[in-house]
Amino acid sequence: MVPTSYYLVLSAILFGLGVLAFVFKRNIITIFMSIELMLNAVNLAFVAFSQALHKSDGEVFVLFVIVVAAAEAAVGLGIIILTARNRRSLNVERVDLLKL
Amino acid sequence: MSFVLFMFFVLAGLAVFGAVALILQSHPIHSALSLILVMLSLAGLYLLMGAEFVAAVQIIVYGGAVMVLFVFVIMLLNAGEEERTNFSKLASFAGVPLALALAGVIAVAIARGSGHLASATSGELTSTKELSKLLFSEFVYPFELTSFLILVAIIGAIVLAQRERS
Repeated sequence: MVPTSYYLVLSAILFGLGVLAFVFKRNIITIFMSIELMLNAVNLAFVAFSQALHKSDGEVFVLFVIVVAAAEAAVGLGIIILTARNRRSLNVERVDLLKL
Repeated sequence: MSFVLFMFFVLAGLAVFGAVALILQSHPIHSALSLILVMLSLAGLYLLMGAEFVAAVQIIVYGGAVMVLFVFVIMLLNAGEEERTNFSKLASFAGVPLALALAGVIAVAIARGSGHLASATSGELTSTKELSKLLFSEFVYPFELTSFLILVAIIGAIVLAQRERS
């Protein structure tokens, strides 16, 4: 049997890598993908807790997270298409209208 | 080492490898493929824990629908190699300590809290029947709200992505 803490450590590693990708990457699509990576890491922790506590509630939460992530991906990619059309670039540093 | 533990390390290694590859690849389509690897190995981990329904949903919704959407947008926008600028160096300079600090905080929280948990995940299958009973009794209002959320997302995506007629 695998100890629960192994799953939690893996979840923390994946979340940290997601944060790292979020600040490292300059491409707006890749930044969006790193958000999905972080959501996946949280889902792993949810399922691990749900199995450790022998309750199914955590898995229901995961289903909700997946639904929200799918909706977020649809709207977010719509926004990405719009900014790419207006700025003619996928680099986030080109989106600087609020900068002084 | 038991078979389950061995499979855990194989799948965990694949997931971490995919996440690192997502950072190191410079082309978005390669990053997307690495992310698919992460999602598939996470689905394997869910199966290992006995959450079969979540594993199936993970593959269908994340590995299928969401990633197809990403790949589709990458191809639609003809995204190329990402360009590095001066600010990127600052981000990589400040980003590594930030991510390390975050991982440290989470590790301390796990080390403190894991004593309260049962030592091992059961690995027994959660029946989908039990899950659906919970979803349609205790969580029925959030469930109905998600349908509204998806409706809003559909309308939002259509409004955002359509070309303005003028």
